[in-house]
Amino acid sequence: MKKMTKFVSIVLAMMLVLSMGSVAAAEGALKIGFIGPLTGAAAVYGTSAMQGGQIAVDEINALGGLQIEFLPQDDEHAPDKSVSAYGYLMDQQVQVIVGCVTSTPCVAVADYANGDRMFMLTPSASSTAVTEGRDNVYQVCFSDPAQGAASAQYIGMNGLATKVAVIYNNADAYSTGIYQTFMAEAANQPFEVVSETTFTDDTTDFSVQVAAAKDAGAELIFLPIYYTPASMILKQAASMEYDCQFFGVDGMDGILTMEGFDPALAEGVMLLTPFSADSEDERTAKFVAEYQAKYNETPTQFSADTYDCIYILYEAMQAAGLTADSSFDEVCEALIAFMPTYSYNGITGSPMTWNEKGEVSKTPMAVVIENGVYVGK
Amino acid sequence: MIRVSFLSNLINGISLGSVYAIIALGYTMVYGIAKMLNFAHGDVIMIGAYISFCVTQYLGLPAWVSVLASMLVCTLLGMTIERLAYKPLRSAPSLAVLITAIGMSYFLQNIAQLIWSANPKSFTSVVAFEPLRLFGGKLIITDEAIVTVLVCVVIMICLTLFTEKTKMGKAMRAVSEDKGAAQLMGINVNMTISVTFAIGSALAAIAGVLLCSSYPALMPTTGSMPGIKAFTAAVFGGIGSIPGAMLGGILLGIIEILGKSYISTELGDAIVFAILIILLLVKPTGLLGKKVNEKV
Amino acid sequence: MKKKSNKTFISNLITYAMVIIAFVVIFIMQENKMLSYSAKQLLVPVCVWIVMAISLNLTVGISGELSLGHAGFMCVGAFVGAVLTIICKKSIENEALRLILAMLTAGVAAGLTGVIVGVPVLRLRGDYLAIVTLAFGEIIRNVLNLVYVGMDMETGALAFGFNNPSLPGKLIVNGPQGVQGITRISTFTMGFALIIFALIVVLNMTNSRAGRAMMALRDNRIAAESVGISATKYKLMAFVTSAALAGMAGALYAMNYSTVTGAKFKFDTSILVLVFVVLGGIGNIRGSIIAATVLTILPEMLREFSDYRMLIYAIVLIVVMLATNSPAFKQFFDVVKEKMIGLFAKKNGEGDAANE
Repeated sequence: MKKMTKFVSIVLAMMLVLSMGSVAAAEGALKIGFIGPLTGAAAVYGTSAMQGGQIAVDEINALGGLQIEFLPQDDEHAPDKSVSAYGYLMDQQVQVIVGCVTSTPCVAVADYANGDRMFMLTPSASSTAVTEGRDNVYQVCFSDPAQGAASAQYIGMNGLATKVAVIYNNADAYSTGIYQTFMAEAANQPFEVVSETTFTDDTTDFSVQVAAAKDAGAELIFLPIYYTPASMILKQAASMEYDCQFFGVDGMDGILTMEGFDPALAEGVMLLTPFSADSEDERTAKFVAEYQAKYNETPTQFSADTYDCIYILYEAMQAAGLTADSSFDEVCEALIAFMPTYSYNGITGSPMTWNEKGEVSKTPMAVVIENGVYVGK
Repeated sequence: MIRVSFLSNLINGISLGSVYAIIALGYTMVYGIAKMLNFAHGDVIMIGAYISFCVTQYLGLPAWVSVLASMLVCTLLGMTIERLAYKPLRSAPSLAVLITAIGMSYFLQNIAQLIWSANPKSFTSVVAFEPLRLFGGKLIITDEAIVTVLVCVVIMICLTLFTEKTKMGKAMRAVSEDKGAAQLMGINVNMTISVTFAIGSALAAIAGVLLCSSYPALMPTTGSMPGIKAFTAAVFGGIGSIPGAMLGGILLGIIEILGKSYISTELGDAIVFAILIILLLVKPTGLLGKKVNEKV
Repeated sequence: MKKKSNKTFISNLITYAMVIIAFVVIFIMQENKMLSYSAKQLLVPVCVWIVMAISLNLTVGISGELSLGHAGFMCVGAFVGAVLTIICKKSIENEALRLILAMLTAGVAAGLTGVIVGVPVLRLRGDYLAIVTLAFGEIIRNVLNLVYVGMDMETGALAFGFNNPSLPGKLIVNGPQGVQGITRISTFTMGFALIIFALIVVLNMTNSRAGRAMMALRDNRIAAESVGISATKYKLMAFVTSAALAGMAGALYAMNYSTVTGAKFKFDTSILVLVFVVLGGIGNIRGSIIAATVLTILPEMLREFSDYRMLIYAIVLIVVMLATNSPAFKQFFDVVKEKMIGLFAKKNGEGDAANE
């Protein structure tokens, strides 16, 4: 009996603590929640996104006027943790959410947010499943089909190769999504896919994948993957003395910022990316300088996308006549009505516009890495 | 051409397997003597690689110094972990120790993220000489592969000599056979276990440096999957057996690479685990494991 | 003998009472809108992890086999349950009925997987058995990552593909992207019902002839076999029951989110459940319930600490294990306890003296 009362009291105490989460309403500042992986294997993407958002928030708060309170939460790249993070943010009475950073957690949270009428603007969850059938979720990154098809068309149109190999992460929604649309478009293009190999988040050795491409005589390897595994593939190809063209997507951006990375390995790598840290654009240069000063790292497209997210919300909310006192459902309905009419000039694309499904329209740049910097094509 | 690509895969497999083998040696030694699965071992590897990275990148010291530094740090780390987290649980049920080791693994990963951030580092290889080119350049054996395999063989020989010939090595074998009897014979059991952890962790540092030299992306989670694979390798060879860990590691590496090359990259890990299951069903104590007769 | 069975009866009664009272209290709080948003969201996951812990305790605690692949069975249950509810969405209108049907099917599917895994695995012992369950868990996840199921939304016709995503209709199981488009139908009441079901199954099994056989095998296999207890039969019985319950929990888990992927059911998840079991006390069902509840809520309560959250979680884990298992710590606590009691006794004594 004693143990039982103990248990009940533990549960009650916990409930009490949890219910204390609901504090008083915002005091004059707009509360923006952020959800992304800040620990675990995907932490690199979540932290760079969070830091990019923080830079934008600092800039805006320094301006005076509408103030922003930025509340980042960790989801460990897991859908259930992401939903818990969302619940915590709901208790903190956030008015809008920037996130999630990764696709699978984003799908899970979007479903809850759609029921609650909470507006979500995701910096980098690019799967179509994120926006499909939900009017409250908007993307700032390209959707996967856009990237896959665009890459295939670019390779075909510019006659980069006749034999193409693909290496993708088959445990990752982002990578698989781009791969599938790339393959669909590749059928219409004047090149042949000679080798398709996969890896997972746990893979350390890429010799098999690179050797398969080499043996099939591929002239170009398409890498719809993030830059961490890409760096290992480049090294593997170099040690096999396999000289071929590499073609990446936006996940490849960041490879030059890896501490200790030898830029010679990435010489000649092409990628379609919306963001380049070396850009001479004034706003980008300012953002990169502030980011480096604060975090001692170079921002990636994750940081830049989140930076844009904050500014988009900041501008759109003011334009839509919303204030820091608007409730989250008011914000949601007003933004849903406003976003399709809105055009934004940011550091990852200008102009950026949205269709009613929430997908962004912006032009990717094709860049080539030469001497450790991006050169526009 | 097919022959050459097969040879090339085989060499990649042996090279990967040698890394597994060095990690597995650490697992197997600790298991043999303390009868515990040290799940934090993979994360000691990661710490070792970070130390080596810092010494070369930030202090600008030569590669061999970085290897020694990382061995030193890992040795101290391993002994500290043993002292603080495992020693108080010597008489506790083995599952309690297992959970503590898992907690330690989370701890190391998170502390590494706080110190070095989640951003991956690109590890610069500690070896840099010309690779071996055979068959007119068709078959290339990288410098990392050569060094990894050589180091693995040297470690194996040294460890065997150590456990067979030295007093400490004999003490280790005695403790792993029967802790109580060893103590009665005047062997300092606590000290012996400490030394085992020290050696295991120094090996982990070497494994970390070699792992990241061949596969250069270094993150706080870098050690966990190689750790699990190496644990599998140790069981494969018969856990507790030093030559077994070696054999298990190399076989596992070869199976993994050949399975991925000739069957399917999607099913690579499934194939490794399936072969492990089949082996254990045929030989329930692994390849070189001792069969323990149960006392009635 | 009678006294002993009486004791277990009371102990079981306390376990049931504890769960029911907690349910009633929380249910009333929920009805009166006294729960915060995040607390409400945690209700179903807590139920899921409680069932997982109870079911694993049957294998690890009662039957004495260390299993590191429990998440694999949860994975099978989650996928089967999720697919079934999508298929039956039109034919079965009632959500509760659909959930129950999904959980039962998931239980059967996971149970069958349990038989396939259990027959070979249970021939092994100790750590070898542990590594093989780990291997099976990883294989299950690896294989499910390659399964594609397409469904024609009009006719409901299904198409299956292995490592082949080009199927007719809409993909409801999309390889590594998992099952998408699940309608969230899991409820706290249903979670509670599943806990009670798991408790009835496990507690009755433990206190039956079969349970005593399992414990005898755990304590001394050779002695138990020598009196004619079939090790294979009883160990398999525990293993399969445990797998089936994990499958049901998996279905409940899947239906709480709009998407479920194989990546969730990695080795880490198996370890997490094992942590619940060990922390709650091996073989102690009530302990499992408490540990699962506390450890599921703990990381959420630590959200205030942002960067240090998982670090604190790791430290708590280590310290709790040391505090509950280390003789040195125990001694320390005993000394403190005695001193406190001594202090109180002395004070009371003085108080009495003063009164006189």
